[in-house]
Amino acid sequence: MIRFEPRGPVPVSRVLSVLVAAAVAALLLAAIPMAFAGLSVFGAYGLMVKGAFGSMFAFTEMLTRATPLILTGLAAAVAFRAKLWNIGAEGQLYAGAMAAVAVGTGAFGGPSLFLIPLVILAGALAGGLVMLGPTLLKTRLGVDEVVTTLLLNFIILLFVQMMLEGPMKDPMGMGWPQSEPILDEAALPKLMARMRIHWGLIIALVASLGVYFMLKRTVWGFEIRAVGENAAAARHSGIPVTATFVRVGLISGALAGLAGVGEVAGLKGYLTADLSPGFGYSGIVVAMLAGLSPVGVIIAALFIASIFVGADSMSRATGVSNYLADLMVAMSLLCVLVAGLFLRFKIRLVGAPAAKETAK
Amino acid sequence: MTAPVQEAALALRLDGITKRFGALTANGDVSLDLRSGEILALLGENGAGKTTLMNILFGHYVADEGQVLVNSGNGSLTELEPGSPHAALEAGIGMVHQHFTLAENLSALDNILLGTQSLATLSTARAPARAKLEDLMARSGLTVSLDARISQLSVGEKQRVEILKALYRDARVLVLDEPTAVLTPQESETLFATLKTLADDGLGIIFISHKLAEVIASSHRVAVLRGGCKVADLPTASCDQRKLAELMVGHEIVETIRTEKEAGRSLFVLKRIFAGQGRDALQDVDLDLKSGEILGIAGVSGNGQTTFAKVISGLEPIVSGEMLLEDQPLTHVDARKMIDIGLARIPEDRHHDGIVGAMSVSENLAIESIRKPENQSFGLLRFAAIRERARSLIKAYDIRCQSEDSPARLLSGGNIQKIVLARTLETMPKVVLAAQPSRGLDVGATSDVHKRLLAARDRGAGVILISEDLDELMRLSDRIAVIHRGKLSEANPTEMLDRSTLGLRMAGHDGEEAA
Ligand SMILES: Nc1ncnc2c1ncn2[C@@H]1O[C@H](COP(=O)(O)OP(=O)(O)OP(=O)(O)O)[C@@H](O)[C@H]1O
Ligand SMILES: [Mg+2]
Repeated sequence: MIRFEPRGPVPVSRVLSVLVAAAVAALLLAAIPMAFAGLSVFGAYGLMVKGAFGSMFAFTEMLTRATPLILTGLAAAVAFRAKLWNIGAEGQLYAGAMAAVAVGTGAFGGPSLFLIPLVILAGALAGGLVMLGPTLLKTRLGVDEVVTTLLLNFIILLFVQMMLEGPMKDPMGMGWPQSEPILDEAALPKLMARMRIHWGLIIALVASLGVYFMLKRTVWGFEIRAVGENAAAARHSGIPVTATFVRVGLISGALAGLAGVGEVAGLKGYLTADLSPGFGYSGIVVAMLAGLSPVGVIIAALFIASIFVGADSMSRATGVSNYLADLMVAMSLLCVLVAGLFLRFKIRLVGAPAAKETAK
Repeated sequence: MTAPVQEAALALRLDGITKRFGALTANGDVSLDLRSGEILALLGENGAGKTTLMNILFGHYVADEGQVLVNSGNGSLTELEPGSPHAALEAGIGMVHQHFTLAENLSALDNILLGTQSLATLSTARAPARAKLEDLMARSGLTVSLDARISQLSVGEKQRVEILKALYRDARVLVLDEPTAVLTPQESETLFATLKTLADDGLGIIFISHKLAEVIASSHRVAVLRGGCKVADLPTASCDQRKLAELMVGHEIVETIRTEKEAGRSLFVLKRIFAGQGRDALQDVDLDLKSGEILGIAGVSGNGQTTFAKVISGLEPIVSGEMLLEDQPLTHVDARKMIDIGLARIPEDRHHDGIVGAMSVSENLAIESIRKPENQSFGLLRFAAIRERARSLIKAYDIRCQSEDSPARLLSGGNIQKIVLARTLETMPKVVLAAQPSRGLDVGATSDVHKRLLAARDRGAGVILISEDLDELMRLSDRIAVIHRGKLSEANPTEMLDRSTLGLRMAGHDGEEAA
């Protein structure tokens, strides 16, 4: 039989080594279905590594994919820190993208010099506002935000489709449901010539550091942590719990909105209803993998982006479905959650001599 | 109580137990015997290592050195597998924790059976279990309604479920960690009567307590821990309260005495307050707290104290009535506003309302004043200042912790209370609301709290002291009011009251004549 015994504080080196072990275990587990699919496991992993890191192009593609994941991961991490369960990053991402297109196509005029900051601001604001509703419903009426944020995703996506068939439809789009392209002055500059990697990555990295700094060093961060860890004590100590939830909701929604800005203004240039292959939901996985740490989110997003990009390229080369990527991501999450168990508990086999070790 | 069981079999032996947490030695080479039928009281200051020792016994922690030996029923002592609560249960050790471990939305019966048989079994399969429990209840006097949900039970009833849970598994040793901290005096008496019956039946009992009177009255033997080491192990008959107190803290305790003092003018006034709902609602409460006085509020818990404290803490809106501080009406209050106008509140449930366990000691010391300029500038935390202040408070209030950066949840119960005391009393408040401030504190810390409350009063603050401990109330309060069924009696000078009058009023008698 197996027994669990709680551990005290764990050194950082232990945490890191357990996490690496979890990643390796996930890859080993994912090797089983790969073998079933008739692939040579080493060959397939080799192709994946090549697909994500094999060339400058591959590497920048991976970073481009990581960009929205960092932002949606942050959105989830910061909200979850306050125990505000924002499952709606997907919808907030689309809201941000829509706002970015609305401003970026020059619909509201204005000097082109300020267009990029305006696009960024509009996207963040739209994402934040979308999260405001569920937050207020939670704090005022006690409505479960898991339900409201999740359902809002579908509402927003349908709204986007409606807009793309109607008012936002590109008249030059040859009937495709897509928006007008944003102006060149509104597009986020590329980071490298002939690559797709764009300034969104810089925004994402700055946002990570910003969230890290906020949680650690500011009064807001202090209040977010206090509310998340013990809302009753926070309220008793005079911390404005409702205001803190609203603030966290706005920040979280804004981060997800920025992910949408990056995708339209940095990458695609126009809005379609398939802008995001579930970045909002993957963000939750990223945040969990990162243990809700804002800096950890960067690493987790890079990890997941490598798997996605690597698997895409592997599946193109071998003809095996890239659903394998989803499988590997899910395995990683499970392995990391189990690893968390190892970090919090000592696990001993009962009956083994280990049980006697403390006897004199 | 005299020991009836000199020659009874050993039920349990702790042999040279040492437990370290980092640099801190929580238990240092502690050895302890317990005989069947014996009631052993375990004493020690806050943070002396009592809970840690019992957690090792029960397998929550593994000792770094030493072993636990139990009499497994056949008369000989065998080593208990370390680190396994399961093995401890098998070996007949039952534990009632400082904080209950019941599933709130299951019935009492389900909670008792949890872990012994599948909850999915048909109710017919439970008939034997039910019969066994009925029999146990009849013999021990521990009556609870087995089908009630835990969330509907009072604290005392929950504790009975915990004890029954241990007895149901045929415990031969029962450990209770501060069982009376949350009980009313009446409930405590019932508990000790039960424990005595159980001990006469051959159960070995260890209980932890800071209340020396009940230790003297209800134990056969006393073991005292100081700084993690056992410093005394004596028959209770040879001890008195003063001696025990000295053994615990290493020096004599001088209780501060309240000096007569003319109360000042009206400071904090409640007029015809109605608030809350249900059993704990306030009905037409009037109160006139003068500056420079301690106003005691006596009452059996569950008579409106919780709502009363919440109203004054700014956490419960009043339905009707008026609240005035220094003749200024207080409207639209919340916790923040109450703190800002100089109301210090010491909550009754410190784990739930007092501290954020995952945050550090220094953060918990700053939490009420985190937006004050001394703790932040332009929204940025001033770490150095926060930690500096924490270090001085830790020293001034003798908070025992490894450092100001340790998570508050790692502190012992009493030291957590000291965090709350330190941060609230430090601000020189005008009004202090102290709900059960010495609950769970050792004698030294209790006398320290008393000293600080008296000091606040002497510098002109008004103190409202809610307590179930009549001795504490009578020693500290200038006036005492009684709360019963949400109604607060008029406050009478303590000199005019005695314990029996208060006891009657607390039970709801004699209210009319007193008013
Ligand atoms: N898991 C832990 N990690 C680090 N330190 C701990 C841990 N558990 C307890 N301690 C420390 O060990 C010491 C003893 O704690 P313990 O809870 O045993 O005290 P206690 O005698 O029960 O006190 P009280 O009367 O206040 O409940 C304390 O200083 C406490 O901070
Ligand atoms: Mg304790």
